Amino acid sequence: MTGLSTKQRVWWGVITVLVLVYALFPVAAVAATSFKLPSELNSGTFLPPTPTWGNYEQILVGDAQGLFLSALRNSVGISLIATGIAVVLATLAAYAIARLDFPGKRVVLTTALGVSIFPIISLVTPLFNVWRSIGLYDTWAGLIIPYLSLTLPISIWTLSAFFRQIPWELEQAAQVDGATSWQAFRKAIVPLAAPGVFTTALIAFFIAWNDFVYGISLTSTEAARPVPAALAFFTGASQFEEPTGSISAAAVVVTVPVVVLVLLFQRQIVSGLTQGAVKG
Amino acid sequence: MASIVLKDIVKKYADGFPAVKGVSLEIADGEFVILVGPSGCGKSTLLRMIVGLEDITSGDLEIGGTRVNEKAPRDRHLAMVFQNYALYPHLTVYENIAFPLRLTKGQFSQEEIDRKVNLAADTLELGDHLDRKPANLSGGQRQRVAMGRAIVREAEAFLFDEPLSNLDAKLRGQMRTEIARMQRRLGTTTVYVTHDQTEALTLGDRVAVLKKGELQQVASPRGLYEQPINLFVAGFIGSPPMNFLPGEVDGGTMRLPFAQVPIDGPLRERIGDRKLVIVGLRPEHVEDAALLEEDKAAGGVRFDAEIDVTEWLGSELYAYIPFDTHPDVAAKLEELDRDLDGEGMRTQVIVALSSESDVRDGDEAQLWFDPARLMVFDPETGENLTRDEEAVVRIEEENEADRKAALERAQAREKRVAERKERRETERASGGGARAAS
Repeated sequence: MTGLSTKQRVWWGVITVLVLVYALFPVAAVAATSFKLPSELNSGTFLPPTPTWGNYEQILVGDAQGLFLSALRNSVGISLIATGIAVVLATLAAYAIARLDFPGKRVVLTTALGVSIFPIISLVTPLFNVWRSIGLYDTWAGLIIPYLSLTLPISIWTLSAFFRQIPWELEQAAQVDGATSWQAFRKAIVPLAAPGVFTTALIAFFIAWNDFVYGISLTSTEAARPVPAALAFFTGASQFEEPTGSISAAAVVVTVPVVVLVLLFQRQIVSGLTQGAVKG
Repeated sequence: MASIVLKDIVKKYADGFPAVKGVSLEIADGEFVILVGPSGCGKSTLLRMIVGLEDITSGDLEIGGTRVNEKAPRDRHLAMVFQNYALYPHLTVYENIAFPLRLTKGQFSQEEIDRKVNLAADTLELGDHLDRKPANLSGGQRQRVAMGRAIVREAEAFLFDEPLSNLDAKLRGQMRTEIARMQRRLGTTTVYVTHDQTEALTLGDRVAVLKKGELQQVASPRGLYEQPINLFVAGFIGSPPMNFLPGEVDGGTMRLPFAQVPIDGPLRERIGDRKLVIVGLRPEHVEDAALLEEDKAAGGVRFDAEIDVTEWLGSELYAYIPFDTHPDVAAKLEELDRDLDGEGMRTQVIVALSSESDVRDGDEAQLWFDPARLMVFDPETGENLTRDEEAVVRIEEENEADRKAALERAQAREKRVAERKERRETERASGGGARAAS
């Protein structure tokens, strides 16, 4: 960005600030609310007049602890398992789609796309009935399976696009060098595909992590209820008190892992690793 | 190290397109064979069938005397250098070269791997770059890493798939000699695919010319240049390419667009009752009459020509002479031009004159050539009527003798160098011991 004139620079600055404010203001508002006392919720100020950790105490060690911590455990567990399964299956599927020519290849891709645009809400009611009758209702598996239907299609699409960019010669070179098909895949392709797999895993994780409709419809107790659903069950200290502060605190707590994940995987996501494999 | 034998190899793709139509070729142990041809002639497919990346539709492929048609690439023990090098971008140069050794799982200890990789790196002058990643290397260095990976395997044969086409002209020349030196020293059977006839002529012990999946001729570079079997080979080998002219036969003379050539003896006999032939004249066989020595000039044919364009290259001067072709051979020559990846722009003769010649654009110049060096082709079949079977046999025998001698010399030199190095090392060791004792 060296070639910009002062005027362009100013405009870029203004636009950047606008976008940042638009994107981050709600987050900042939630964060600010989470430090307010229940009595200050309607104070009309942005910053809490008397900042307090009370809301966090309540959800982590206080009254709402049981509700929130179990939900957090459910969310983390279910999302991780769903992501893991989705990534493994999608890697294999995408590899086949990118490398092999088999009948029905297009069908697989279009079906995946079709599934991903299917409205969730129309599936929930039948699923609710089926799950209840076969005993998957209010279990981890009962959420992991529908989450796979959300995460698999997008994982297959991103990964197959990514695999197509990896030069096939690398795999052939490995085979000529004495590798079995599996070794060639593991030693030549997987390291190159890693950034793509990480990106895909991240996307899949967020999809599972952010889900609300399945979470609230297919669970009934702390056994499987994830955080987004659990937030709706928060109550205030008394019947007449709004739980807004606790909900805000919980929202901040569940946002943190997402931010941490992005920061952790940032380096892996940065592509450019394939440069130099072939003449660039 | 092993011989490679191809017996009637056919490749048909699933859509029915025949890429290789029955190629038979015997490659002797330690021989350097080039597969050459214009794009789409099936040369790369053939190489990929040898290495096992492409299935063989029919025919037998033998490596070292055993049929390997159904063997996986890893079981054929060949090493291949790809056109785009196919280096592993996540591994350092060292690990790239060590990759085939690491795959053997415990067959080599870390010290052995170290020794082999360092030896290969020394050979290819990659010692300073072992810790770098391929992305940070220049094209030539990447090329050498790819070769290093091939060397450490001590494979039965080396296969090269257009390894120099991604390099610039200067580097290409250097790497070409590097490959030739390496092959001579290691004495490994090598199959090398290229579309560049210069590479084919300079590198190969023998060159196999392919056209549309069919083998045209297998011969030494000299054999191809001096005794091509047909129009295609004649037009493909040589730079600038051979000129093809219509020749109208009239009794004892042949009329070319700008000269009359007397024909006699065996040539007359071989032309038979053909009225029209295609005459091949290599650019370098034409000379500027003004610069000719007296005794040489007497034996040849002089002709006047209007020079269209000249190109002065320092070492020689190319002159372009437009001419009108005969309608009966125009179609054949156009087809040939297409087969050779040409553009079929205009009919012109290229001559390579001495750079001292003062012929310039638009000049009327007197040129000279020796009719004995003309080649005459059948206009229908493209067969070379001037091919001399005795000379062919002689050239091939000489070539084979040269190859063996060169291989022996290179290996003797290698041995001498190794002995000298060993001697130096023992001296240093004993010298060090003496110092320690005192």
